[in-house]
Amino acid sequence: MKVRLLDIAHARSGDKGDTANVGVIAMRPEWFPLINRELTQARVTQHFEGMIKGDVDRFELPNLNALNFLLHGALGGGGTLSLKTDAQGKVYSTALLRMVLDVPDDEARALGLPSA
Amino acid sequence: MTERVVRVASGQGFWGDSLDAPRQQVENGPVDYLMLDYLAEVTMSILQKQKERDPTMGYARDFVGAMDSVLDAVTDRGVRVIANAGGVNPPACATAIQVVAKKRGKSLRIGVVTGDDLLPRLGELVEQGHALAHMETGEPLESVRDRVLSANAYIGSKPIVEALTRGAQVVITGRSTDTALTMAPIRFEYGWSDTDYDRLAAGIVAGHIIECGAQCSGGNCLYDWRNIPDLGNVGYPIADAYEDGSFVITKHPGTGGRVSVHTVSEQLVYEMGDPHAYITPDVIADFTTIHIEDAGPDRVRVYGIKGTAPTDKLKVSIAYRAGFKAVGTLVYSWPDALEKAQLADRILRERLQRLGLRFDEILTEFVGVSATHGRLAGDSGANAPEVQLRVGVRSDDRASVERFTREIAPLVLNGPPSVTGFAGGRPKVEEIVAYWPALIDKAVVQTHVEMV
Repeated sequence: MKVRLLDIAHARSGDKGDTANVGVIAMRPEWFPLINRELTQARVTQHFEGMIKGDVDRFELPNLNALNFLLHGALGGGGTLSLKTDAQGKVYSTALLRMVLDVPDDEARALGLPSA
Repeated sequence: MTERVVRVASGQGFWGDSLDAPRQQVENGPVDYLMLDYLAEVTMSILQKQKERDPTMGYARDFVGAMDSVLDAVTDRGVRVIANAGGVNPPACATAIQVVAKKRGKSLRIGVVTGDDLLPRLGELVEQGHALAHMETGEPLESVRDRVLSANAYIGSKPIVEALTRGAQVVITGRSTDTALTMAPIRFEYGWSDTDYDRLAAGIVAGHIIECGAQCSGGNCLYDWRNIPDLGNVGYPIADAYEDGSFVITKHPGTGGRVSVHTVSEQLVYEMGDPHAYITPDVIADFTTIHIEDAGPDRVRVYGIKGTAPTDKLKVSIAYRAGFKAVGTLVYSWPDALEKAQLADRILRERLQRLGLRFDEILTEFVGVSATHGRLAGDSGANAPEVQLRVGVRSDDRASVERFTREIAPLVLNGPPSVTGFAGGRPKVEEIVAYWPALIDKAVVQTHVEMV
């Protein structure tokens, strides 16, 4: 079953220099293991391919049912140097939530996931 | 016996935040401390420029109005104010506040924290071998040394605690960390020592949650945003801190917005780096140890936080002149709005090239199509009712940027059709003041507290 990340997680993003951070939080604690499994460093790197210049770092915060991603080289130089509309990376959060996950039907049903 | 609690209210998340929030925080219910954060990364350089023009300036002017609006609460009800409004000139800020107090016939004891300003010592520090290399790129400061506008160490909670110990009703600092403004009064009240790392870390986490004002109490919250009540009358957050290091995030009754596990969690991950090591001058907080739970309507309990010893470095915020930029926009309408905007962009770039202008970067964005989400936005532009063409340029050469600003308006008559939205006039040339984060040995920075 296709599941939109937007329907099972929320997120906030911000900046530190030329790096954007995206914190992704499961809407329900029981959905965190699935999000933790699917949102690998490789998957997120691929999602933002061509949009950022550097690497992606990934951190787990199971205590908050959250993951934190650092997107390096994401802000066109960052801060006041950046010419971008989103110079502070405020909406990389929703850009990540555009991801669509493939979840086995049984699992999706058991977790009560909304389908795309 | 009821458990002792220290109430720290946040009334300002950045310079430019709500002018009414400080007053509402002291009038809508009881609080012990009002915490006001005015400083963003490049604010110091703006203030430095103001101080160069006028030696009595260089602080966050909004703070004067804020103090006027909360003065009675401070002098009559014992609310104490902690603010990093001092910018690059905390003594001048204190003088301005004393003028306000005197005008109202009130006497005020203000603690002024200085010592964070490294600009006068920069040459000496570099000579002594402090490279002040850029934290991200590793470049030595030498490469921008002659263009530096301001240099300030991020200082921690200790001088604020000293000012409170000496009876300050208002504490004015320069470049204190945002989180120290909240943690300092809590550790002062409970007498936490320099090595009480877990509880100091808890104070830092409380500070991180409330330092952006309403961004933890319903503002900018994605989760369930449609149903967050009455943002028009949003309540700014309050941290109710307990002696064991736990705290409750809440807001005054009767205000709008929401405090929930969702709103607080979003703020916890905001501007987060490595969650295991949130480094501050006082302690390293481990965000993976935070426990958070619902504690009733608009109440979230936070506990269990672990901290470890800080490093022997302080972060330094350096600002330097980094050239010029300008951004021009035009709006193209249906039909084929995106195609028209794309053609206009090609024409503009051809003209800039023919003029032989020098740019380090030219960035084109199509607002309404792909400006913020790039290719992830798909082909939503195909039938867009309108698209904004947004072109930005950056250069060391001011003349090139000036000339760029003259090349936007002509496109209205000599470019693709169905164009509008140019009423704002010619784009403005802006001098770029860029941010240079560095580290310095803690021992080099000596803070001072003066009571006025």
